[in-house]
Amino acid sequence: MKIAVCIKRVPDMDVRFKIGADSASVDETGLKYDLNDFDAWAVEAALQLREKAGAGEVTVVSLGPDAAQETLRKALSMGADKAIHLKTERIPFDSSVIAKALADELRGGSYDLILFGKMAPDTANGVTGPIAAELLGVACVTAISSLEVNGQTGTAKRELEGAQEFVEFKLPAVLTVDEGLNTARYPTLKGIMAAKKKPLEVKPVQLGESKVNVKKMELPAERSAGKIVGEGAAAVPELVRLLQTEAKVI
Amino acid sequence: MANVLAFAETRDGAPRKVALEAITAARMLADATGGGEVHALILGAAGVSEKAKQLGEYGADVVYVVEHAALANYSPEVAAATAADRAKQGGYRAVVFSTSAQGRDLAPRVAAKLDAGIVTDVTSFKVEGDAITVTHPMNIGKVGATVSISGTPAVIAMRPNVIAPAANAKAGKIELIQPALDPAQARVTVKETKQGGGGKLDLAEAPIVIAGGRGLKAAENFKLVEDLAAAFGNAAVGATRAVTDDGWRPHSDQIGQTGRLVSPDLYIAVGISGAVQHLAGMRTSKTIVAINKDKEAPIFKLADYGIVGDVFEVMPALTEAIKEAKKGH
Ligand SMILES: Cc1cc2nc3c(=O)[nH]c(=O)nc-3n(C[C@H](O)[C@H](O)[C@H](O)COP(=O)(O)OP(=O)(O)OC[C@H]3O[C@@H](n4cnc5c(N)ncnc54)[C@H](O)[C@@H]3O)c2cc1C
Ligand SMILES: Nc1ncnc2c1ncn2[C@@H]1O[C@H](COP(=O)(O)O)[C@@H](O)[C@H]1O
Repeated sequence: MKIAVCIKRVPDMDVRFKIGADSASVDETGLKYDLNDFDAWAVEAALQLREKAGAGEVTVVSLGPDAAQETLRKALSMGADKAIHLKTERIPFDSSVIAKALADELRGGSYDLILFGKMAPDTANGVTGPIAAELLGVACVTAISSLEVNGQTGTAKRELEGAQEFVEFKLPAVLTVDEGLNTARYPTLKGIMAAKKKPLEVKPVQLGESKVNVKKMELPAERSAGKIVGEGAAAVPELVRLLQTEAKVI
Repeated sequence: MANVLAFAETRDGAPRKVALEAITAARMLADATGGGEVHALILGAAGVSEKAKQLGEYGADVVYVVEHAALANYSPEVAAATAADRAKQGGYRAVVFSTSAQGRDLAPRVAAKLDAGIVTDVTSFKVEGDAITVTHPMNIGKVGATVSISGTPAVIAMRPNVIAPAANAKAGKIELIQPALDPAQARVTVKETKQGGGGKLDLAEAPIVIAGGRGLKAAENFKLVEDLAAAFGNAAVGATRAVTDDGWRPHSDQIGQTGRLVSPDLYIAVGISGAVQHLAGMRTSKTIVAINKDKEAPIFKLADYGIVGDVFEVMPALTEAIKEAKKGH
């Protein structure tokens, strides 16, 4: 089984962001970056499928500036076999542009499965996988939280709002990975050493034109600090009164 | 003046509330272009055309209905092919979806087929000359972006619960159409849609969400949360990742960065510390209440109203008080 996994390098979200001087980007100074969590689960899923089959190859692909190679090395040290760096000056906001570049690389690679994360938390659109699937003309199942592959078909589960969907699909397919599918392994020291010798191919790409462009970024207004109504059950009547008269939600 | 297409999502054969929100958003967009028509598209099994009449009451001039025995469950490929086909024929200025699990699946497929610009999780929009400008939260809601979409149509998926469905009676003329793809040809088939629990309200749609965290100590204590939800009558139950990881609640109940996004009128956090990843999924709620025994818990920084106390003491009292308050109505 030949599997490709598209992975993105994203900033750690546990910080206070600052807006860049152009008012249309995030100031990158001091940010820490890592492999997107959803993509780590996608890499893990690919590794498990390869291990279960006892054969196959896992290729990881990332589009972005040179720093993307650090993310690719991480996936290699988890156990992926080879990496492709689609080199660009920056990662665009428009996921369609990313999807096109990824599809151009993946087309003709005769992959049985192409895995994506459900979403990248920075741009937060969650559309790259299904757009790439359309461009490649293959089946697509999004946001899967369980997966079973049997020859040329597979089954997956999707979590909806308060419901679950059980899906059957034909290979080749694009799958996007939700939380709950697995727990990603950490790279071992041995894995990190081995990754240094694995092939990482660098391919400069020209990005297409964006139809979707960021005009402005700003920090949302802080919620004004609320009030502690009181302590324990004694505070309940006052809370209910405030919900009725002030917040008017009851 | 331009027409706008809205996709009407269904559950159990009837339009969901997010469908009415999409129609309302489409109506606002069409009006903003100087008063075009709103066309809706809905797919389902026999009987869906009857239910689709409701879409006219919320502003649809024409409702295109695909009725097919094989469409009781969502069919991503049939829905995408049909929506793209309709969009091409209708020459719409915009195609509106919801950022629900289904909308997230469908909207990008349609955008790709149309080679259209797409933004999901849209919280507001404006028509500005040749572009449609939308706002879209980034970086788990810590950064707000204003984004312009050029080209026609623009594909947007609205965040649930930011636009209230507005009654606005239009003709709602029903037109039965054929699916653009034979369901038998689909490579992806939904075999079953299983509801999370008896008659429970949908997290994305509920005006009130009551979420429980590890402070509840055990799965069975979620009864306290369920009792309060029942007292309100229009509340859904959510959870933190600590809770879904421990298997106290299904993952579909998880709210946050890697779970659901909700923005109800009222959010009550019960025994939840308020980790950033949790806040990412609920910070746009209109009113936030927190109940936590630790007065330093970060959730109190976001909450409009807080009670410092033990959930096992506060929750039964609150449930009784809400029952009383509801009686008075
Ligand atoms: C990549 C990543 C993604 C994540 N995604 C999500 C996500 O989508 N959603 C999410 O929720 N989390 C997510 N998390 C986890 C998140 O960081 C927190 O661990 C989690 O939200 C904590 O859940 P909690 O508040 O229930 O538990 P805790 O943090 O353990 O808090 C329990 C709270 O209950 C209070 N308490 C205890 N006993 C009582 C009592 N008797 N009465 C009243 N209060 C009491 C305590 O004071 C405490 O504040 C993610 C983490 C990572 C790293
Ligand atoms: N620059 C990139 N390089 C490789 N994969 C990407 C890139 N951007 C997005 N992806 C993939 O697309 C998924 C969804 O991203 P998005 O549509 O931006 O939310 C991610 O989880 C990745 O799997």
